[in-house]
Amino acid sequence: MSVRRLAKQQPDSFTFNAKSEKEIAFWLGKYPEARKASAVIPLLWIVQKQEGWVSEPALRVVAERLEMPYIRVYEVVTFYTMFNLAPVGEHLIQVCGTTPCMLRGSEALIKVCKSRIGEAGEISGDGKFTWVEVECMGACANGPMFQLANKDGDHYVEDLDAAKFEQILDDLAAGKDIKYGPQSERNASEPHGTKVLTDPALYDGSRAKKIKLPNTGKAEAKS
Amino acid sequence: MTQLLQDKDRIFTNLFGHHDAGLEGAKQRGCWNGTKEILEQGRDWIIDNMKASGLRGRGGAGFPTGLKWSFMPKEVGARPHYLVVNADESEPGTCKDREIMRHDPHLLIEGCLIASFAMQAHACYIYLRGEYVTERLALERAVKEAYEAKLIGDKNIHGWPFHVYIHHGAGAYICGEETALLESLEGKKGQPRMKPPFPANAGLYGCPTTVNNVESIAVAGTILRRGAEWFASFGRERNVGTKIFSISGHVNKPCNVEEAMSIPMRALIETHAGGVRGGWDNLKAVIPGGSSVSLLPKHICDDVLMDFDALQAHKSGLGTAAVIVMDMSTDVVKAIARISYFYRHESCGQCTPCREGTGWMWRVLERMSRGESEISEIDMLLDVAGQVEGHTICALGDAAAWPVQGLIRHFRGEIESRINNYRAGKPVFVSQVAAE
Repeated sequence: MSVRRLAKQQPDSFTFNAKSEKEIAFWLGKYPEARKASAVIPLLWIVQKQEGWVSEPALRVVAERLEMPYIRVYEVVTFYTMFNLAPVGEHLIQVCGTTPCMLRGSEALIKVCKSRIGEAGEISGDGKFTWVEVECMGACANGPMFQLANKDGDHYVEDLDAAKFEQILDDLAAGKDIKYGPQSERNASEPHGTKVLTDPALYDGSRAKKIKLPNTGKAEAKS
Repeated sequence: MTQLLQDKDRIFTNLFGHHDAGLEGAKQRGCWNGTKEILEQGRDWIIDNMKASGLRGRGGAGFPTGLKWSFMPKEVGARPHYLVVNADESEPGTCKDREIMRHDPHLLIEGCLIASFAMQAHACYIYLRGEYVTERLALERAVKEAYEAKLIGDKNIHGWPFHVYIHHGAGAYICGEETALLESLEGKKGQPRMKPPFPANAGLYGCPTTVNNVESIAVAGTILRRGAEWFASFGRERNVGTKIFSISGHVNKPCNVEEAMSIPMRALIETHAGGVRGGWDNLKAVIPGGSSVSLLPKHICDDVLMDFDALQAHKSGLGTAAVIVMDMSTDVVKAIARISYFYRHESCGQCTPCREGTGWMWRVLERMSRGESEISEIDMLLDVAGQVEGHTICALGDAAAWPVQGLIRHFRGEIESRINNYRAGKPVFVSQVAAE
C-alpha cells in the first residue's frame, strides 16, 4: 500500500470560489440527502482543480460541507493517490510505468523526466513541471503514455517515444498548445489501417428501422 | 480456418471513434431501437433471455450475467434497489471500457435502463476511475442527451422512472473490487467488505445492489434486440458471445478489437494486432487476461483458444481479455516484478497477508531479476505466494500471487540461470535482440 501524509507547510484557510460552488451543487444533486458523504471524492477533486493540490484547511471545509468527521476525509485523501497533498508544478506529468507501458518503452520517458525535470514529485526550478510515475492508466493499447494535468484539464497523451515526449515537454515549456490523445496516425486505439468496422451497412441508418423483437411470441419460443 | 467475426455481428460499431458518439449517431447505428418493446416483455423475459444468451460477466470473473440479475429480491421492500456499473477499469492491460464510454456511451446507458428495469432499480450509479476524465465528460454529455430526449428521467418514453448518475474515484485499483467500489461510492476508503452479505442483499447504502462491468451492461440491448441465440452462436459452449480484446505490448499494432469468443490467440494477434514484433517465432510469452492471470509461454500460445475454459485449463484465465504480448527481447522476470510492484502499490492494507506479502514478493523478485538471490529462494517465494493466495478478504491477494506462481511455473530455468550467472560474474540477462 502507498503511505501518504499531508504536507508540512499548510495555508491558513481555504474557501471554494464561485465556479467550484456551482460544481458542488451539481455533484450533491446525485446522492440522497442523507448520503452526501458520497460526494467526498468529487469535492476533494474540485478542491484540487481550484488550488492545484489539497490542503489541510480544505479537508476541514469539505468535512463541514458534507457533515463528515474530519478524520474520515483525511482517510480518503490519503488513501486515493490522485490527490496531490503538496503543491505541484504548472504541468503535472503522470507517466504510466506499469508492465504494458514498460514493454513499450515507458522507462525511456522516465529517463527523460529525470534528466529534464528532476526527482519525482518535486517542482522543477522554473515552476513549470512536476512528474510522477503512476500505475496503469488503462490506455495499454496506446502505451507508452502520460496524463497531463494543468489549467486546461486532464488529458491523456499517447503513442509516445522519447523523442516525441521531449518535443511535447519543449512545447509545454514554451507555452504552446499540444495535441492530446495519440501522437501517431491513429484516432484512438484502433489497429491503424484496419478493415474492421468498415461495412457501410452499419452506418447507413438501416439499423434504425423498426424491428420485431425475437423470442417474443409463444410460437417463436425456443424449442 | 478460423471463422472471424464479421462487421455485421459487431456490437460496438463505434469502438474506434470514427463516427458520431452522440445520440443521433448512436440511433443511426441501432441503439435505443426497440428499447420500449424490450421493457414491455417484462422482467422475467429479459432475465430469461440474458441467461439464455450465455453472457458471462466481462469484468474478469466471468459470472453469468443473467443469473446475477436473478439474485436480486423479487419484491422491492423498504429499501430501494440499485444498479452500480463498474467502470473502474484498472487491471493492467485492460483498456476496453474506456472506448465504450467515450465512443459508444449510449449503448451503456440503454443497457443501464434495461438492467435496472429487470432488477426494479430506479437509480444507477456508474463508477469511473478518476483518471478517466475525458471518458467521464463524454458520458455526462450522453446522459444529458438521454435526459433531454426523455429516454431516461422521471417521466420518460419507456415508462420506467430511471436516473443515471456518473461518479468517479481517484486512483485506487482496489475500487474495481465490487465491495470496495461500494465503500468508495459511499464516501469511504476503498477497502473490500466481507461477504456475505452479498451486494444483492446489502450493497450500496445497505440496499439490494447489483454491480456489473461496463461491457456486460452495454451488450444487453443488442443481445435482446438480436436474440439470445444470435449471441450464443459465437464461441464455444459456456464461453459464448463476442468480446472486446485489448492487445498491448510487443505487437506491431496494439489495439482494441471486438472478436468472437474462443478465437485462437495466434489468429487474434496476427489478424488484428499486426502480429508479434519480429514474427510469431519471436514470441516469448503472453499474459492473456490482464496482469492478475498467469503468463503463458510460446508453446502454449501456439494453439490456445481465447476463452474462459481453455485458458483455465492452462492455469491461467481470460480475465478481462487483456492480451499482453512479450517478445524474445523481454526481461520476463523484470516484467513480472513490475506487476508485483503494482500490487504492492495497490494493496489496500486491510489484510496482513496481502499488505505484507505483496511488498515481500516484489522485493524478492527485484533481487531475482538481478540474479542476487539464492536458488532456494525460488521455492520460498512460491511458498509465500501460496500463503497470500486465498487468505485475504478480496481477490487482490490471489491476483498478486498468480503472476508470480505463473512465472516460476514456466520460467524457473530462467531465474536459476540468472542466479548462476550472477555468481559466475557473467552478465545476468542479455536481451535476445541485443545479442544478435
